[in-house]
Amino acid sequence: MRQLPWVSLGIILAMVFVAVFAPVLTAHSPINQTLSDKLIPPFWEDGGTTKYILGTDIFGRDVLTRMFYGARVSLIVTALALLVGGGIGLLIGIVSGYVGGRLDSVLMRFVDAAIAFPAILFALLLAVTMGQGLRTLIIAISVLLWAGFARVVRGEVLALKQRDFVALAKVHGCSPARIMATHILPNVLNTFMVLVTLHVGIVIVAEASLSFLGAGIPPPTPSWGLMVAEGRGKIASAWWLSLIPGIAITLVVLAFNLFGDWLRDRLDPKLRQL
Amino acid sequence: MDAETVLEVRDLHTHFFLRRGVVKAVDGVSFSLRRGEVLGLVGESGCGKSVTALSVLRLLPQDAARTVRGEVILEGEDLLAKSAREMRQIRGRKIAMILQDPQTSLNPVFTIGNQLCEAIARLHPGNRRTLLQRAIDVLRRVKLAAPEQRVGQYPHQMSGGMKQRVVGAIAISCEPRVMIADEPTTALDVTIQLQYLNLLKELQKNTDMAMLFITHDFGVVARMCDRVAVMYAGRIVESGSVRQVFDKPAHPYTQALIASVPKMKQQVGRLHTIEGQPPALSELPVGCRFAPRCQYAEERCRTTYPSTFTVEREHTADCWRLESV
Amino acid sequence: MRRFILQRLLQGVVLVVMVATIVFFLGRLTGNPADMILPEDASEEDRQEMIKTLGLDGPLHVQFFIFMKNALQGDLGLSIRYRQPASEIFFSRLPNTLKLVPVAMLIAILMAIPLGILSALRRGSITDRVSGTIAVLGIATPNFWLGILLIYIFSVQLGWLPSARMGGFSHYVLPTITLGTFLVAGFMRLIRSSMLEILDSEFVKLARIKGLSEWVVVWKHCLRNALIPVLTLWGVFMGGLVTGAIVTETVFAWPGIGRLTYEAVIFRDFPLLQAVIIMDAVLVLFINLLVDILYAYIDPRIRFS
Repeated sequence: MRQLPWVSLGIILAMVFVAVFAPVLTAHSPINQTLSDKLIPPFWEDGGTTKYILGTDIFGRDVLTRMFYGARVSLIVTALALLVGGGIGLLIGIVSGYVGGRLDSVLMRFVDAAIAFPAILFALLLAVTMGQGLRTLIIAISVLLWAGFARVVRGEVLALKQRDFVALAKVHGCSPARIMATHILPNVLNTFMVLVTLHVGIVIVAEASLSFLGAGIPPPTPSWGLMVAEGRGKIASAWWLSLIPGIAITLVVLAFNLFGDWLRDRLDPKLRQL
Repeated sequence: MDAETVLEVRDLHTHFFLRRGVVKAVDGVSFSLRRGEVLGLVGESGCGKSVTALSVLRLLPQDAARTVRGEVILEGEDLLAKSAREMRQIRGRKIAMILQDPQTSLNPVFTIGNQLCEAIARLHPGNRRTLLQRAIDVLRRVKLAAPEQRVGQYPHQMSGGMKQRVVGAIAISCEPRVMIADEPTTALDVTIQLQYLNLLKELQKNTDMAMLFITHDFGVVARMCDRVAVMYAGRIVESGSVRQVFDKPAHPYTQALIASVPKMKQQVGRLHTIEGQPPALSELPVGCRFAPRCQYAEERCRTTYPSTFTVEREHTADCWRLESV
Repeated sequence: MRRFILQRLLQGVVLVVMVATIVFFLGRLTGNPADMILPEDASEEDRQEMIKTLGLDGPLHVQFFIFMKNALQGDLGLSIRYRQPASEIFFSRLPNTLKLVPVAMLIAILMAIPLGILSALRRGSITDRVSGTIAVLGIATPNFWLGILLIYIFSVQLGWLPSARMGGFSHYVLPTITLGTFLVAGFMRLIRSSMLEILDSEFVKLARIKGLSEWVVVWKHCLRNALIPVLTLWGVFMGGLVTGAIVTETVFAWPGIGRLTYEAVIFRDFPLLQAVIIMDAVLVLFINLLVDILYAYIDPRIRFS
């Protein structure tokens, strides 16, 4: 137990906690405007008050509340994107690796192309053509993820399919689909889990960046990236609007990265070069 | 120590300090090398042979391993007492080494000429042309065909056998007093192993070098070596001239090893093997380390490590069975 | 080597074509492509003309053909906002980005190589830990926020450096640091891990056996081998660079193609965005090809194969 990365784990759990319990933890609304209370600094500064611990923005909305709800957005987007993108990558990796041959070559070409292309451009394009929103965001980030997952999983599968238990299954007449599902899949789950944790940070930053650029979840829903963007114009007078959400993003990503590294070292040190 | 002895290792102890404990890779090894002589160091994988060689050169992985005791006397001076800078002067000049795997011994991004000249330049600094000429000469000595072309080539453009010759060239280019060959033919194709061994033997004879030949193959020992030391679980259990040890192997382990080498003229029902495994070097037994696998083992063997007994002149073995002799 | 380069070139071309295809399809997805391409105040006449020129009332493959034909001639549509050919606008802004990005990369490389090597050589030491921490932080900090933070500290509070737009030397400092940070962190980790691997290799052992000084062993034998993975992973870094450029230029109001991308998104200027993406793909292809040539040159296993 001593070996667990406590600080990272603590930050992660804290984030999950505030995201889940946001409505209970704060009485303010994240989107209702109270223009009379606008631009109040955090409570430790002059003019601050404990009513709005981290201050308010230009619409008088409590920053802390919006941070909590923003955590929700980050977690939901991350979970969904990892599920979809990671899931697709897992599937393609297994099929491509196991089936091999022409299918593998063709799929890997796509993977190489996908990895080579800066995904953010694609995400921006989606936002403009399909409109901003959760669905667009998930699709965009999934596209960012799937290729990396597919490539690594495929590598694992290539090694696995040489193993004796696969040969044995074939001898017993198992169909390829069955082998993939019951023999290959459980053995790549380790790698998959590590990949997922290592990519959480990337997804969170991707979502934040897209929101910052105006291509993420549309306002008034709070998202940490959006909050940084909104506060940018007032950086000289209201520093807390941009800087505080940014600190949150950095801390959370740091925590997930460190946790991911720890998990990788425990479960699958071969992935060290990632 | 007589005037002929070039290298003498006394009571060498090298330990590896790992997370799971201390591994005593070399646990009290002593031997001596005379000028013009080839000493074979034989044993199974993991018995400590390579670590012994690295200890002599003081090239152990610094954070994990350390030579904790002993002396390594090269021409009268203790290498273990030398500073890092002094050791560097000795490596590549007085002692040279050939590593096992030719595929990985050479740097893939430099030509072999470059890597060879690098070694030569240490002893004979000169301009590029003279260095290259010397390099070509050395390559000829190791019987590498078309050396003028080879100097401009990269390692991946040559076969394993050719690369190993280059590695040999690098080693002899400095005219060392001592050459250590760590399983030089293990990674080569069987068809060229013999050629390479003959080359090494010839080089050794011509230069009167002392050679420490590390191998797990008794057949190679018979071909290459004058004397042999058999190593087991970190210690030398028998040593003597090749003739002595082959004709009258005294230690049960040596006997088993020799018996395991299939002879072409024999009729065998089953190939002879040695039951069991060597002990883990982190958990060495108190008594004789071969006792668990030895058919002659007695109570005393398990409780006390055998002393060294003389079988004949210059032929010793560590086995209780020899006490009565 | 020639085959290698040609292969990469082909891959790149295929990539650009794929990108163009995807862009094309996304543009036609919405069902009202004409509206996406035209400004709001366009007359019905203009609309009809556009539909005819682009074949929007015809079958899809014809549209695609027209699209490709135009693209190859450099015609990527008219920007809604600027009312100018999108490709022209792209090329007018490109030089500004080209002034920013190479500087950032150079800084990143100059910092990452020594730090990465030192970290590997002094593994576990203070140097290693501090560098490691900087690297980890560098990767975790979102690019856009770093820029804003730096502006806050150095422009707002300290007043030392300007916060926006191009200009003299002082204008370059913050943007290049912002853009370069992510690169430094990534490079450094890569060089460190690659060095560690190489330090363990047999040819390094042989170099030491030859009695070469540590200096030569590290700088001659290790470094060149350590840089090879950096080059092979270059494509991944490119992606980060493009993203970084968009965000950094936006934060610092730097008039380059990154900022142009942002504007295209904010103003929903589809033709401009379309053009930027395709031109970006071409640019990425070009740079990747250069890196591939460099890689092929450095690694003799590719050069003579």
